[in-house]
Amino acid sequence: MKAFILNRLLSVIPVALGVVTLVFLIIHLTPGDPVEIMLGETAQAADKEELRRELGLDRPILEQYFSFLGKLAHGDLGNSLYTKRSVTESIKERYSATAQLALSSMFLAIIIAVPLGVIAAARKDTAIDNGAMAVSLIGVSIPSFCIGPLLILVFGIELQWFPVSGRGGLDSLVLPSVTLGTAMAAILSRLARSSVIEALNEDFITTARAKGVKERVILFRHALSNALIPVVTVAGLQLGALLAGAIITETIFAWPGIGRLTIQAINARDYPLTQGCVLTIALSYVLVNLVVDVLYTVIDPRVRQK
Amino acid sequence: MRTVPFALKLGAFLTIGFIAIAVFAPLVAPSGPLEQNLYEGLNGPDANHFLGQDRLGRDILSRIIYGSRVSLLVGFVTVSISFVIGTLLGAVAGYIGGRVDSFVMRLCDVFFAFPGILLAISVMAILGPSLTNVIVALSIMGWTSFARLARGQVLSLREREYVTAAESLGAGTPRIVFFHLLPNIMAPIIVEATFGIASAIVAEAGLSFLGLGVQAPTPSWGAMLSEGRQFLLIAPHLTIFPGLALMLVVMGVNFLGDGLRDALDPKRNISQRTV
Repeated sequence: MKAFILNRLLSVIPVALGVVTLVFLIIHLTPGDPVEIMLGETAQAADKEELRRELGLDRPILEQYFSFLGKLAHGDLGNSLYTKRSVTESIKERYSATAQLALSSMFLAIIIAVPLGVIAAARKDTAIDNGAMAVSLIGVSIPSFCIGPLLILVFGIELQWFPVSGRGGLDSLVLPSVTLGTAMAAILSRLARSSVIEALNEDFITTARAKGVKERVILFRHALSNALIPVVTVAGLQLGALLAGAIITETIFAWPGIGRLTIQAINARDYPLTQGCVLTIALSYVLVNLVVDVLYTVIDPRVRQK
Repeated sequence: MRTVPFALKLGAFLTIGFIAIAVFAPLVAPSGPLEQNLYEGLNGPDANHFLGQDRLGRDILSRIIYGSRVSLLVGFVTVSISFVIGTLLGAVAGYIGGRVDSFVMRLCDVFFAFPGILLAISVMAILGPSLTNVIVALSIMGWTSFARLARGQVLSLREREYVTAAESLGAGTPRIVFFHLLPNIMAPIIVEATFGIASAIVAEAGLSFLGLGVQAPTPSWGAMLSEGRQFLLIAPHLTIFPGLALMLVVMGVNFLGDGLRDALDPKRNISQRTV
């Protein structure tokens, strides 16, 4: 197992380097002059030249790349063009809000999806199963930017149960978490159902039934404990995707996270800040996937034995 | 006799229905998508405008009908580009193996390291908003899943007797890939393409919602949702109807993909028959 973990840790290095390189190339090798895009066509030539020098765009591309890597290794992502603040500091301030939103969405998705999937599996091919799976397919099909405004309309404006924007107490977390977590709940409930059905067909379940174990115990103790492993793995892997999904949810609910910062940076054509945000989200995704992969080997005894 | 699954029928009905609406938009739309009537701005649904009117008094139903053109165009064109690039790269990598395979797969790993539409957002941030750039950005995002799938399928086929027979008869790599491997790996790739269309439609709407996609006055469901958000309190129909249209088309394509997967997977059919 140690060798697997070490291999997995080493394999993340080229991917992370690839992500950094791709983000660098997107910014630097796209057609057109980035300085002109940032300042507009009507900007003075002297202003353009100053910004070009400030961003190091007047140097050869390889030199720019290695300088970018060197700064990144020291956690230096440059300064925002407009606020002049350090990009790293701006991201640090916002990161906890996004992490809170992603984690609460994941929690919500799991507590909805697992019971729904188990019930559907236990009542396979009945109206309950078909109904649960139809609901989950609808959940997968509704994008967050459709659910979010509808939740605001019903629970924020009509019923006035929850605040509709900003980050305050726990109640402000409810609508954004439901918005972000719905698709994940739908995916996990389908996975939980298929995993439980698969587990119910295993030999150890037949043995338990032959020994006269109650059906409820078989379902929850024997089948579910085995079916949970893939569900937990996919939930973990989806956590990284939630970080990106948060871009839209945070925009809808004016949630002060890194996703909203990304869109603000793009709209302001603040390239260093955009680059920093994209890089942070992508590298977080890589790291979360790595941790989940390693944890998977720890929690699944079958993988440990291999 | 095998019956067609209900999901496949419903999915095909919804998808073909939306394609027909998009193609015949000028015939089925009650008015032009850009026709304004400022005196009737934000009016709710009535006998003349079944789904109401937007801020500028434009007919929502007509804009949804014309908006389906953008959504479906982006969905189909993006997936076609991703399909061709991804399948070819994956199949060649799987067949040749070695360094080519390693290079293509590491490239996939890097693209896969970008979650959701983050890569498309980054590309749009640089290229600027336009329909062509949306297609470019989403194609850059979409090719990897086809490449991985095609490679996996080719790996399982390249040692088969008919491939060895073709090799021993002197067939070159292009001939084996195009005439012997690709036709045999198409079933799962077609299913993946169907789901890819749904993802591309959602991604386009998401980019337009964020103001990074198709620009006004071209009708786009994502942009309509974004505009509707500002008038949620006084004109919820601006948000509800484009949202419903988007949900229905995505659901239809997902049902179609689900149904096709069941229909094209012999193992699933056997297990369904024996259960």
